[in-house]
Amino acid sequence: MSDITHPAGFRPATTEHPLTRWLLVGFAVLAMGLLVFAPLVAVFAEALRDGVTAALASLGNPDAQAAIRLTLAIAAIAVPLNAAFGIAAAWFITKFDFRGKAVLITLIDLPFSVSPVVAGLCIVLMFGANSALGGWLVAQGYPVVFALPGIVLATMFVTFPFVARELIPVMVEQGRAEEEAALTLGASGWRTFWTVTLPNIRWALLYGVLLCNARAMGEFGAVAVVSGKIRGQTATMPITIEMLYNEYLSVAAFSLAAVLSVLALVTLLFKTVLELRHADQLAATHRH
Amino acid sequence: MHIEIDGISKHFASTAALHPVSLSIPSGALVALLGPSGSGKTTLLRILGGLEFPTAGRVLFDGQDATGLSVQDRRAGVVFQSYALFRHMTVFNNIAYGLNARPRATRPAKAEIARRVTKLLDLIQLPDIGARYPSQLSGGQRQRVALARALAIEPRMLLLDEPFGALDAMVRKELRQGLRDIHDETGLTTVFVTHDQEEAMELADLVVVMSMGRIEQVGRPADIRARPATSFVRDFITA
Ligand SMILES: Nc1ncnc2c1ncn2[C@@H]1O[C@H](COP(=O)(O)OP(=O)(O)OP(=O)(O)O)[C@@H](O)[C@H]1O
Ligand SMILES: [Mg+2]
Repeated sequence: MSDITHPAGFRPATTEHPLTRWLLVGFAVLAMGLLVFAPLVAVFAEALRDGVTAALASLGNPDAQAAIRLTLAIAAIAVPLNAAFGIAAAWFITKFDFRGKAVLITLIDLPFSVSPVVAGLCIVLMFGANSALGGWLVAQGYPVVFALPGIVLATMFVTFPFVARELIPVMVEQGRAEEEAALTLGASGWRTFWTVTLPNIRWALLYGVLLCNARAMGEFGAVAVVSGKIRGQTATMPITIEMLYNEYLSVAAFSLAAVLSVLALVTLLFKTVLELRHADQLAATHRH
Repeated sequence: MHIEIDGISKHFASTAALHPVSLSIPSGALVALLGPSGSGKTTLLRILGGLEFPTAGRVLFDGQDATGLSVQDRRAGVVFQSYALFRHMTVFNNIAYGLNARPRATRPAKAEIARRVTKLLDLIQLPDIGARYPSQLSGGQRQRVALARALAIEPRMLLLDEPFGALDAMVRKELRQGLRDIHDETGLTTVFVTHDQEEAMELADLVVVMSMGRIEQVGRPADIRARPATSFVRDFITA
């Protein structure tokens, strides 16, 4: 459309006055710079304050190493499980008619509206050593609270909505016709899922998984409550960063924070590369 | 295949989409379900295809009770109103889908599948579009691909929901004849839904006029024109 010339003094209805445009763009850039870019740069600057060697040395500390391993392990468990649950929930909500659908949709959003700290407390109440279930599990040698299962549960609770939220609108828009067609052609429900449903939602699923992953690695509040913050055992990266910071170990804290940021940036980079590579396909399915 | 609909009714929560209806469709007939919006045509077609199950009544295929038969086992070639082509697959893979979905024992070899798809593309007179995606086709081409996909499974009957609904008048006429030719060539019992009385009268051997979940009249087009059974039928076919 840019090659259409307009008579002097006229602007297309959707184009703003140049001054308005520059003000808006300027404001957006300023906000991005102040709120996103500057803090990110500050994290890396702070980490490298005493030089690269000091930063790397702090990351070599066994507790820091344990924190990195723990966070990666949590993401590796929680994200695939949430992807599976998210697909199941979205499938159930969009492909079937049943009473109480609205309630279920609200329930899926619950983790977004409940404070993570409250979520963590709920898990402690349910699985803590003082509860019947928790006491029994501890007696069997499977403690949940102050251990990996509790942290995974807390992380899964907080990150549950991401996948389902991405999938539901896409699946509603696509309807059931293609699945029904596959069934009439003789495909089993399982085959229909793998050959029709999943390929149709793969982009939304990928976005959901990436968001879920970013949040799973960064979760603080709920994990802080259920983990007990045992250094080298149940302290995740965000928890360890906070502890180091409170002990004025600024280089160590920011080095670990830098690693966490890099993990997030890698996720974003991955998403962008995929978007660029499959731009035409994305345009064809009009999403994002 | 002879289709017998025996006292079928269908309720959705509180609404009755079909009051008990009975209908006998002779083997090899081309039948139109004709009626205004909301008269229950799609519901009846979906019950035949096994996509919806009746609240009461039976469906018989060649005298055998098929009421509880699963969608997959009905082997009905269904053409959906919006065609429902698999958007992430090429036309070739769309048409081959039903053959690929067969259990290994009855699945044709790859070359045989390719041969059959090519033959079907010839049948719908679109031999060169196998590599395209559905989004790269016109409405009329999509409709024909949907028909080819349904025919690929060697169906026992053809069920089409408003097959010409989304097309302009010229293409409609052309595809109407195309459906008639394919029906005559394959001899398949064919049921199609339409709310266009002219289309029903021109194309079908037998027209079933429906209104508000009931069958008002069943008959050959000429008989319905000459002797409408109810005032509804008279108004509807002259409208
Ligand atoms: N899944 C459903 N849930 C609730 N009601 C339904 C459902 N499907 C159909 N109905 C109702 O059943 C009645 C018949 O619907 P049907 O789709 O069979 O009509 P139709 O004759 O195909 O109409 P159209 O020409 O508009 O497609 C309508 O009143 C409709 O609202
Ligand atoms: Mg309909």
